[in-house]
Amino acid sequence: MNPYVDLSHLTMEFPTPKGPFCALDKVNLKIQKGEFISLIGHSGCGKSTVLNIIAGLYQATKGAVVLEGKEVNEPGPERAVVFQNHSLFPWLTAYENIEIAVKQVFKGQKSKAEIRDWVMHNLTLAHMEHAAHKYPAELSGGMKQRIGIARALAMEPKVLLMDEPFGALDALTRAHLQDSLMEIQTELNNTVVMITHDVDEAVLLSDRIVMMTNGPAATIGEVLDIDLERPRDRLTLASDAHYNEYRAAVLRFLHQKHSNPAQKKSDSKPKDKSEGSDNALGQAA
Amino acid sequence: MFKQKTIGFFEVAGFRWMVPVVKLAFWEDPKEQSRQLGNLLGLPLLAIALFLFFWAAGAAQVDTSLGKLPGPSAVLDAGKTLYAEHKEERAKEAAFYERQEKRHAKKLERNPDAELKWRNYTGNATFIDQIFTSLKTVFTGFLLASVIAVPVGIACGLSPGLNTAISPIIQILKPVSPLAWLPIVTMVVSAVYISDDPLFAKSFVNSAITVTLCCMWPTLINTAVGVANIDKDLINVGRVIRLGWITRVRKIAIPAALPMIFTGLRISLGIGWMVLIAAEMLAQNPGLGKFVWDEFQNGSSQSLARIMFAVVTIGFIGFVLDWLMLTLQKLISHEDVKS
Ligand SMILES: Nc1ncnc2c1ncn2[C@@H]1O[C@H](COP(=O)(O)OP(=O)(O)OP(=O)(O)O)[C@@H](O)[C@H]1O
Ligand SMILES: [Mg+2]
Repeated sequence: MNPYVDLSHLTMEFPTPKGPFCALDKVNLKIQKGEFISLIGHSGCGKSTVLNIIAGLYQATKGAVVLEGKEVNEPGPERAVVFQNHSLFPWLTAYENIEIAVKQVFKGQKSKAEIRDWVMHNLTLAHMEHAAHKYPAELSGGMKQRIGIARALAMEPKVLLMDEPFGALDALTRAHLQDSLMEIQTELNNTVVMITHDVDEAVLLSDRIVMMTNGPAATIGEVLDIDLERPRDRLTLASDAHYNEYRAAVLRFLHQKHSNPAQKKSDSKPKDKSEGSDNALGQAA
Repeated sequence: MFKQKTIGFFEVAGFRWMVPVVKLAFWEDPKEQSRQLGNLLGLPLLAIALFLFFWAAGAAQVDTSLGKLPGPSAVLDAGKTLYAEHKEERAKEAAFYERQEKRHAKKLERNPDAELKWRNYTGNATFIDQIFTSLKTVFTGFLLASVIAVPVGIACGLSPGLNTAISPIIQILKPVSPLAWLPIVTMVVSAVYISDDPLFAKSFVNSAITVTLCCMWPTLINTAVGVANIDKDLINVGRVIRLGWITRVRKIAIPAALPMIFTGLRISLGIGWMVLIAAEMLAQNPGLGKFVWDEFQNGSSQSLARIMFAVVTIGFIGFVLDWLMLTLQKLISHEDVKS
């Protein structure tokens, strides 16, 4: 069976004043429809770059992303993105923030009433119907991110892309949003690619965890299948042996096999002559 | 609820000292509110009182060829006289039209087909008239400047190439004094703006264009910076939902840069007001600047007090204009604006 999303041989070189900097090297990944994938790896390894290539915001130097048999080469609503910092338009209310996307994406397909219903439906999905007429400045970080997710869902994407969607939130709010996301996921069964730094989050939400090696020239190190039954509950899982094994496996990958590049620098001189390595280390530090 | 709304209104309008007044009216923590009121209102009032005192004391020491430098009370009297003169002039005007009306009525009585000549009253422009002339001129110049500067600024913000290309020109034109522009503007206007029945007086066009030339730069630069520094994620959202580029400019770039654009507009209006007074003085264009110059040439014993009153008026109008722009800026912005 053909994969729904196929990343083949993605290589990304950024032009820098000191010459090209190779961020990604031959990233290969096949994603099935309805799968929830987490990308995890140290800061600066290239997770956002992978996501932006799938989104079409970046153009890979080599290789291609194929979605449902069609090559991706520009951004579009069928690959909606949730950004780390909500990226809501501050001059629009929560409702209008979603409406602007819905109006554009379903131009000529939905009537005025249908647009209104669809916006409200997605706000309700994110438990934000009460905040419809508030401006982002009047909302908490968690609420803003819920609106951001609602906006992405309202585009009815084929693939939902999320770049550290909960990274800027406190632990409790993050847990609430994870629960909401799982709830939405049971209902819609979207294909999701999510970047995270949080091992628990990755294990809790994903069907597969994709672990990336450190940059420069980062690639996929290991892929871990998470075979835990759904619906998942964080409290029962906390004492689940399988859950803890998965957690340990990810931690081992991150902290033994590919320890923090910032620490490696002080242990041994990096032999890498790539100019960009400084850049990557700088980011990680 | 009513209290919150009132307080919010005064905060947006910049009357922060009214907030403790409102809270006092609701008898909310009267001690603290009285202290705040004392700070917010009492301190400025005290400073003004001190200023007036030193002005009065200092002015009495200065002997000019037109007599002693006037103190605050003499200036206030001059203001009253100016207003009285304005009233008088208006009364004369009304009387003129009344006479004309009567004369015509009589003429028609004698001969219903008589040709009537309607004359306009040509009295002196009073101080109040000059204020309105200046305001009209500054807003015309400012509007013209905004109409040019905002679109050019947006274009510069969107295109780094264009920005690099024209930034040296802007840097060189920006610091040019209005006094240097004026002769050029006057010559160009008299060469280009020829019409038998001009809609606007040439002097008005001269002043307005000089204001435009001097005050468009802050708006242009601020707009360009505002547009160039829009959060990349917001632009990416626009790309993901596939907005066309015109929509992207209209729905994302302009609203996102609006706070910066307004900061620029506010600076521009302030500069425009300063430039206008200078231009009017030098070019003998009607307005407050001309009033000051005329009084200076006049050299009566009243002149200094009248000039000083004009200075206070100019300052006050400048302050009101700035306050207006700041309030507008607060109203359109969804983030807090520092004053
Ligand atoms: N536009 C760009 N130009 C040059 N280099 C870039 C650019 N974008 C990213 N990089 C470099 O590519 C590498 C990967 O960046 P990326 O943002 O994908 O990392 P990341 O894994 O998302 O990090 P983080 O977890 O901190 O978000 C980094 O070394 C970064 O400096
Ligand atoms: Mg990133």
